[in-house]
Amino acid sequence: MGNTLSAAWSIARKDLAIEFRTRSAFFSAVIFALLGLVIFYFAWDPTAVSVTDLAPGVLWIIFTFSGLLGLHRSFGVESEDHAIDGLLASPISREAIFVGKAIANLIFVAAVQMVAIPALVVFYNLPLGRVAAPLIAIAVLAAIGLVAIGTLFSAMAVNTRLAELLLPMLSLPFFVPIVIAASQSTAKLLSGRPVAEVSAWLKLLVAFDIVFVAACTLAYPLTVDD
Amino acid sequence: MSSTISPSAPPIVEVTELTRAFGARRALAGVTFTLSPGECLALFGPNGAGKTTLLRVLAGLIRPTSGVARISGIPLPAGPSARSRVGLISHHTMLYEALSPRENVAFAARLYGVRDARARVEASLQRMSMLDRADAPMRALSRGMQQRVSIARAMVHSPQLVLADEPYSGLDESGARALTVLLGELRSAGTAIILVTHNLAEGLSLATHAAVMQRGRFVRYDSADRVEAGSYSTLYREAVGSG
Repeated sequence: MGNTLSAAWSIARKDLAIEFRTRSAFFSAVIFALLGLVIFYFAWDPTAVSVTDLAPGVLWIIFTFSGLLGLHRSFGVESEDHAIDGLLASPISREAIFVGKAIANLIFVAAVQMVAIPALVVFYNLPLGRVAAPLIAIAVLAAIGLVAIGTLFSAMAVNTRLAELLLPMLSLPFFVPIVIAASQSTAKLLSGRPVAEVSAWLKLLVAFDIVFVAACTLAYPLTVDD
Repeated sequence: MSSTISPSAPPIVEVTELTRAFGARRALAGVTFTLSPGECLALFGPNGAGKTTLLRVLAGLIRPTSGVARISGIPLPAGPSARSRVGLISHHTMLYEALSPRENVAFAARLYGVRDARARVEASLQRMSMLDRADAPMRALSRGMQQRVSIARAMVHSPQLVLADEPYSGLDESGARALTVLLGELRSAGTAIILVTHNLAEGLSLATHAAVMQRGRFVRYDSADRVEAGSYSTLYREAVGSG
């Protein structure tokens, strides 16, 4: 277990170092998120839809699609000159590769969220102060599930000719239960309902995370061992 | 071509009737050989003969369809303990463009749990004359330099078995010379080597065993004392000609 986590952390550090050098996926995801916020903002009629009804949907649409940009790159860097063969031939478990990739993706998605959530608050003038902590908890829990699913499908899609198309097609149906739970709990918090009212959604998110992380970690070796 | 191995040394590679199919096509069709410490098998054959597939099975990258393959007695498909004994060199560098040579080799050292990793990384880069470019981005290096880094990466954990798939690809004369010297030294130190190459002279100069593969089989396999360059040259030309 210790070896697996140590190897996973080495892979995550390597992926983050590559992303830090190139910044290609991060900037793409942040620009996409900000553009999405702007477009939704100008399409919004505040007299017809209240901000607390609109903001949760906007937030989770943006997170879902901007996250896909980073997830696609996750295994893309391994296809450069067959770097994945170097990982697979090394004496680390397949699970360590998956966990390492997922950790790097989680940090990537969290970094995008750290830009997008304040931008959402500013654009829509949201009263965030009281609900900041539970909203962060929802964001983290949802990100874990989204990243687990996205990392697995990124590994499956990377060697196909239509990887950019295949990743969202495979991932989005599995994202739906997480996005529903996250947007419902976000909506309740933003509309001023007590935190206790969203606890059921939070528990559901935790359950989704446990199931998706376990299932995807176990399924990953099947995608690389033929 | 003299072998430096002890005759009593247990084999590092044992392959018996190994097959690997991709759909209806059999890339390996019953390969059998053994390789002991300090031995080098030079593997020749036309494109598509199954040479790379054999190396990929031994590296643990793909599973055999049938037959038995063992690395140091550990049956394949290999777990971590068998994979830690193998160093893989390919015509693909398996390196990350955004990292430097030092970072690439250090990353491999971490994956293999190399002790005294910093010194081993420096020594590996030094061995391939890459220390002076160790911090340059990979993308700024020529193809030959990238191949040198790839070789340093494969050697950083002192493998017992080196699987070298066209390792001379992209190397200039001095790089090729350095690689030949390195492989010779590894062999003398007891490392087993499987060398896939289209260059008969390079292959036979290092080999203690040689084989020509065609359609997934060894059509000729000789041990050290029976390898004769002239007959190999003829057989190889015939094999390549017939595909």
